[in-house]
Amino acid sequence: MTAATARRHGVRRGLWILLLLAPGAAVMTLFVVVPVLGAFADAFRSFQGPRPTGWVGFANLRDVIFVAPYAAATWRALWHNVLVFASLMVVQNGLAYLIAFALLKALPGHRVHQVIVFLPVVLSAIVVGILWKELLNPIFGAVNELLALTGIQGPPWLGDASTALGSIIATNAWHWMGFPALIFLAAMQRIPKETLEAARIDGATDRVLMARIIWPLVAPATTIVVILTFIGSFNWFELPYVMTGLDGSPGGATDVLGLLFYRTAFGGVSSGLEDFGHGSALAVLMFIVVAAVSAVALRILRAREIEL
Amino acid sequence: MRKLLAGLTALLAMTGVGAGVARAENITFWTWRQEDKAAYTKLFAEFTKAHPGIHVLFRAFPPADYQTIVSTALAGGKGPDVLHTRAYGGLEQLAKPGYLLQLTPQNDPELANLPASAKTALAVRSTGKIYSSAFSTQTLGILVNSKILAEAKVAEPKTWAELLAACKAIKAAGKICIANGTATGWMDEVFAGDLTGPLLGQQFFKDVVAGKTTFKDQKYTTALGRLLELKPYMPPGFTGIDYPTSQQLFLTGRAAMFVGGSWEIANFHKQNPKLAIDFMAPPAPDANSPQLVSKFYDGGYAVVKSSKHQKAALELVGFMGTKHFGDQLGAMLGDISPIEGVKLADPTLAKVAAMDKQSVPYIMLVSFRYENPTGSELLQGALQKMFAGSMTPQQVGATVTEGIAKYYKPFQGK
Repeated sequence: MTAATARRHGVRRGLWILLLLAPGAAVMTLFVVVPVLGAFADAFRSFQGPRPTGWVGFANLRDVIFVAPYAAATWRALWHNVLVFASLMVVQNGLAYLIAFALLKALPGHRVHQVIVFLPVVLSAIVVGILWKELLNPIFGAVNELLALTGIQGPPWLGDASTALGSIIATNAWHWMGFPALIFLAAMQRIPKETLEAARIDGATDRVLMARIIWPLVAPATTIVVILTFIGSFNWFELPYVMTGLDGSPGGATDVLGLLFYRTAFGGVSSGLEDFGHGSALAVLMFIVVAAVSAVALRILRAREIEL
Repeated sequence: MRKLLAGLTALLAMTGVGAGVARAENITFWTWRQEDKAAYTKLFAEFTKAHPGIHVLFRAFPPADYQTIVSTALAGGKGPDVLHTRAYGGLEQLAKPGYLLQLTPQNDPELANLPASAKTALAVRSTGKIYSSAFSTQTLGILVNSKILAEAKVAEPKTWAELLAACKAIKAAGKICIANGTATGWMDEVFAGDLTGPLLGQQFFKDVVAGKTTFKDQKYTTALGRLLELKPYMPPGFTGIDYPTSQQLFLTGRAAMFVGGSWEIANFHKQNPKLAIDFMAPPAPDANSPQLVSKFYDGGYAVVKSSKHQKAALELVGFMGTKHFGDQLGAMLGDISPIEGVKLADPTLAKVAAMDKQSVPYIMLVSFRYENPTGSELLQGALQKMFAGSMTPQQVGATVTEGIAKYYKPFQGK
């Protein structure tokens, strides 16, 4: 093949790649890049209703981070997102890891259990939210009725500031636990059997096996689970919206950045007014937090994978 | 063949036979009230009969998304010809940036049928220009299950002391006295606005709007504190009871009273026609004081400025401002139109309309939902905390006052 032919071949290949990428790139540009850039621009504008009225520099960002009463709501919501992430890491992903290990043992009926564990994942968050909202209803809910049978008077789970966020986190864990469980299970199944058998022969208990042998070997799966949980936690919206409403009821106890952004930008139905400037500033803030932390976490977790 | 068709078309055009077809206009009407579709369809058919060629397409969106959909549509240069608008701040957000057509006695003579207070609710405050004709008024009061009251041998309470006594008797009879929970923020504002109205009296509202006092006023915080006296008579776990559950408790006959608005009357009758429902004004502080209801305008009908069918849209808004339309709103939907001379055949609605003569404004919506943070936002969250016991009435008053003070000068430094 001459140099000219090779060049022609290369150009043709490049054109093909470009052609195949173009539809996807066009869709991404139209529905992701343009709106993101639009939100960035809106974060630096003031609005009257839906109409931009001028550029205000960093005023909107400054307001949502430092100026009362915006700042208090932002920090409270951010803290709740952090709590959601930490809790889901422990409750949802911790249990998922244990379940994956149990399924790995291939005990009788493990396939049925695998389906049962994964089943809630296929349900819509809206359906799950409504279902658990009803189950947790202080008067008609099955949870308190069951507790009443044992003589315990259950609290108004979603109406008490001390239990509301926890109840939604528990619902999220019930809904999503199957997903990390399957990721962990797939990673565990890739570990050579000889490794696990050797450990067993050396007298490793289940606890030792999980903590010392399997845990380091499923590090790539952990990276994926941690990053997805982080992104999911900081984009949390559907479940709190359905279960406690746009205001993050009661009294902001379940308010998270997703709700705060939506409420600020589009206004509550019977409470607030649209404020696209401050809403966009919150969206930008969320984007920066998620992108920056994900990037740093990814770096650390990838380094851990190599180290392990 | 083509020549023949072209010739026929030209002939029809010249003779005017096709004029009806050429004038046919389809205009769109957007609303958040899907449940009213049948009534509006019937009314629009009447409109078309009186205005041949103008057809109205009804389109409803979920209430929670309505403002978002309208705003994004208008910002994108789209949207309907006629819009069901909110009143007060919700209207101003669309009118001020120029999305709505100003209504004047020239382009909408039916405006003359509206009382002055309605015109204020549907105008931009700084200019006084009107952008919407009125839809209905809403009145806050208490819906009562008369059967439960009769069984507990109590009369409809007229004073606060009577309310507490009635609740005690109803609770002793094994029923919930007040159906309301506090899990839905906007209903908490309704609950507080409704019951504190008569306790505060008309002068307090005049003073707040004039900037002579604030929500830190002891009168206001004392009134909020009295709401806490009702906690023993609310449903068990009331902080976790949301609006739909409260409605269910009342509709299934488990609770005697529902603190709400006149918009519930038709809805409750429809959901449980067998329920003996009455509507009463909230109790007065004592036998010598009036039972004041809280009142507000619930929205209106506006012409979108960029509409390509502005004339037809104005015709429709004019039709919606007639006494006939107002009568039909009452008869078909149970809404009380503010149009002067409207007749209400339903005795409960007529009773509500009579109560409106002694009213106070639903203050946060009427005066403090024009800028962010709105009085409603501030109050709703704070009330939930107050009912949960993590905030005092004084802290609620301070939170609301200091939040509003960001943009409302008379509250600054107070």
